[in-house]
Amino acid sequence: MITTDILIIGAGPTGLFTVFEAGLLKLKCHLIDALPQPGGQCSEIYPKKPIYDIPAYPEILAGDLTHKLIEQTKQFEPGFTLGERAETIDKQEDGTFIVTTNKGTKHHAKIVAIAGGLGSFEPRKPLIPNIADFEDKGVEYIIKEPELYRDKKVVISGGGDSALDWAVFLTDVASEVTLIHRRNEFRGALDSVEKVQELKNLGKIRMITPAEVKGIIGTDKVTGVAVEKKGEDAFIIDTDHFIPLFGLSPKLGPIANWGLEIEKNAIKVNNALDYQTNIPGIYAIGDVNTYPGKLKLILCGFHEATLMCQSAYKRIFPNKKYVMKYTTVGGVDGFDGTRKEAPKAVVKAIE
Amino acid sequence: MQDINIKITDRNGVTHDVVAPTDMAMNLMEVVRSYELAEEGTIGICGGMAMCASCQCYVNSDNKLPEMTDDEDAMLAEAFNVEDNSRLGCQIQMTPEMEGLEVTLAPEI
Repeated sequence: MITTDILIIGAGPTGLFTVFEAGLLKLKCHLIDALPQPGGQCSEIYPKKPIYDIPAYPEILAGDLTHKLIEQTKQFEPGFTLGERAETIDKQEDGTFIVTTNKGTKHHAKIVAIAGGLGSFEPRKPLIPNIADFEDKGVEYIIKEPELYRDKKVVISGGGDSALDWAVFLTDVASEVTLIHRRNEFRGALDSVEKVQELKNLGKIRMITPAEVKGIIGTDKVTGVAVEKKGEDAFIIDTDHFIPLFGLSPKLGPIANWGLEIEKNAIKVNNALDYQTNIPGIYAIGDVNTYPGKLKLILCGFHEATLMCQSAYKRIFPNKKYVMKYTTVGGVDGFDGTRKEAPKAVVKAIE
Repeated sequence: MQDINIKITDRNGVTHDVVAPTDMAMNLMEVVRSYELAEEGTIGICGGMAMCASCQCYVNSDNKLPEMTDDEDAMLAEAFNVEDNSRLGCQIQMTPEMEGLEVTLAPEI
């Protein structure tokens, strides 16, 4: 069991900055994120896009911002549970919480701060009527274990980097690889497109374009897919696996079932006070929350994180008096033993 | 300042006559948001960077639209419910040339 003071769900900019603000109050943080690396949407979707409204940065790339935020948190030694999605929450008798991920990792925390942004990123599922019946029975949206496809027939659908790269990779693993895309053009890295072309020419990848998978054949598991190709009658391809790779889409996910008050896909909070949800001890900050006048901006997330940490401190230490200090005056004491402080002025008597 | 008149059919099939300003650097996705014609959280998820296709719409009028960028084209190649007249609302700026634009919002994914 991982224990911490504040469990932060979501390792995007707001979640990362929470670590710093909590650290100033000597509170330990642990972050959970469904993505395999911290940074959230900034690092996953648009790391090379410039952001212009971060105070003191006339322009900064989203990836650089998250990199700097991670650097800023290091002195407070946050823990990370990455590549796992917060699934369930159980409130304990003493008011603390146990949050369990989809992989069974348990976290015990005094405070839970949901900084989930747009939600957890989940695979976009194609519009095939019976596809849900075959999930994990031959339909996989993410390739987790390539050996699953050893000597099997595989149909991949999609036209981006992911579809191209896995098609190339699986030619050395699967007995047969078919790549189906709605267009003749593929929008991936040039290297990947050329490699697929080469493998197609060698007969190692069967390509069907412009075409779409419209149905899945099978009873207990996938045995084939129904394909519609422009200008031809629909036909069936025998396969053991169908892997649709159409990118990721953010969903609120299991958090929506935690008993929190939800409005328009966002979590309602008390913005007049401390960004606490309707469940005491659970806060929601950043893009995931809503309140009158809410603006989904990174800088607003930073502000909300700061106020939320003050409230969390008072909740954890109801009898302790805390006086807010400026870092220019009080310095920063890292949990790793480091100390940062402004240099002291030299005082010398004049004789 | 010049306002333009456009027609937006929402995901329930209801057509709305909308007046959009052309001096606020707004795109069609932002107009849909400002008039609350789609539920919050279901449109413009990526913020308008042609990276999510949640603002896909079908253009029913013959307005001369901005040329499709590689990013938009790539996103529509991956999106669902794509038709020949599909565009991303976030890539259609509100300019005087958009007067009379008629669009239908694509289904939510």
